[in-house]
Amino acid sequence: MATLKDVKTKIGAVKKTKQITKAMGMVATSKLRGAQQNMDGFRPYAAKFAEVLGSLAEKAGEDASPLLVPREEVKKINIVLCTSDRGLCGGFNVNLITTAVKMIKERSDQELDISFTNFGKKGRDWCRKNKKQIDSENLGIVGAKFGFNVAMTAGQKLVDGFLDETYDEVYVIFSEFVSRARQIATVKQILPIPPIETAEEEEDTDKPYQAEHICEPSANELLGDLLPRHVYVQIYSALLETSTSEHAARMAAMDNATTACDDMISSLTLAYNKARQAAITAELMDIVGGAEALRG
Amino acid sequence: MAGNIKLEVVTPEKSVVSEEAKIVVAPGSLGEFGVLIGHTPFLSTLKVGSLRYMDANNVERYVFISGGFAEALPGKVTVLAESAERRRDIDLERAKSAVERAQKRLADISKKEDFDFIRARAALERALHRLKLAGTRA
Repeated sequence: MATLKDVKTKIGAVKKTKQITKAMGMVATSKLRGAQQNMDGFRPYAAKFAEVLGSLAEKAGEDASPLLVPREEVKKINIVLCTSDRGLCGGFNVNLITTAVKMIKERSDQELDISFTNFGKKGRDWCRKNKKQIDSENLGIVGAKFGFNVAMTAGQKLVDGFLDETYDEVYVIFSEFVSRARQIATVKQILPIPPIETAEEEEDTDKPYQAEHICEPSANELLGDLLPRHVYVQIYSALLETSTSEHAARMAAMDNATTACDDMISSLTLAYNKARQAAITAELMDIVGGAEALRG
Repeated sequence: MAGNIKLEVVTPEKSVVSEEAKIVVAPGSLGEFGVLIGHTPFLSTLKVGSLRYMDANNVERYVFISGGFAEALPGKVTVLAESAERRRDIDLERAKSAVERAQKRLADISKKEDFDFIRARAALERALHRLKLAGTRA
């Protein structure tokens, strides 16, 4: 059995671990709030953008832009893998990477050339370890503060790559933020752009006037300008969601760790008290035994 | 026509302007256009430049806009831009250093079709517009 001192040291160690996990949990909570604010800030833009794009797509023909046209033969695909830079966030990165693995496996019969665009160190490390082709890597973005230009730069590369036939299809794998307790690893096709849902029919006050828009330049040209931006918007939104999810996942993981520490401390304290009690009893027995012997 | 039109300028990061305006004049890619209340539905891309509007108290206000488009509806104008800031929020120092940086890069790159060249030139244009607009500050 462990000696008193061993147990005491162990209790001290667990207590320190608990301090750390608790602090990390608190940091994650406050960062989560910031990330959620960023997401809220993006929502009006995304909503309006989708609305305008939807109403334009309705009018413009299917062949308005090469970005809309699926390739007949798909040989080279690029996967934008969004993960976090840092660990200690439970199954967060594992979930994302398994999703990628699953996707590769599902399409393994097509003999695809698969390359990666990495956001986040964990995904990049996985790609390196498994000898995947990495076309670009972006660290220090997910989970930190970043602007729209990050998504624009990455998006531009992908759009260019799609246009000059370096890629036939582009997917993004990101973690969708459903709630603080739920994040889902999701695959989304971003190029060629999947058919755009047309604007919903529940518009508000302007409804009675809602006529055809006059477009300047023409609807097709406008669409040509908007579609690449649609790609950037998708990437930006994926990055925002992944960042928010990372903090939420870390918060949950640290919360669990703190609870586990509490359990451990209480069971260790119990063991410590038992051992202490046993020692005292043994000592008493000794004293009583000694006194008896002297008297005798 | 009497009445105010609602103006909203939003970027992916935040909403920059959300208020009533008497008239909005925006830098369309095919030329500047003005919007009053009751405008027919209209959609246009915007070039880098400044959007100006007259607010409800008849004060003329300016907003720097880059990379965006505008949708006008009878009661509302929405501007979606990659970046936008009000004239009073323009960071002069940042714009100045951006001009220098872009000019230096332009001098270094010889090929005119180069991707970096195009980017640097766009950056220079944005910075110059920012400076110009900031220069009109009272």
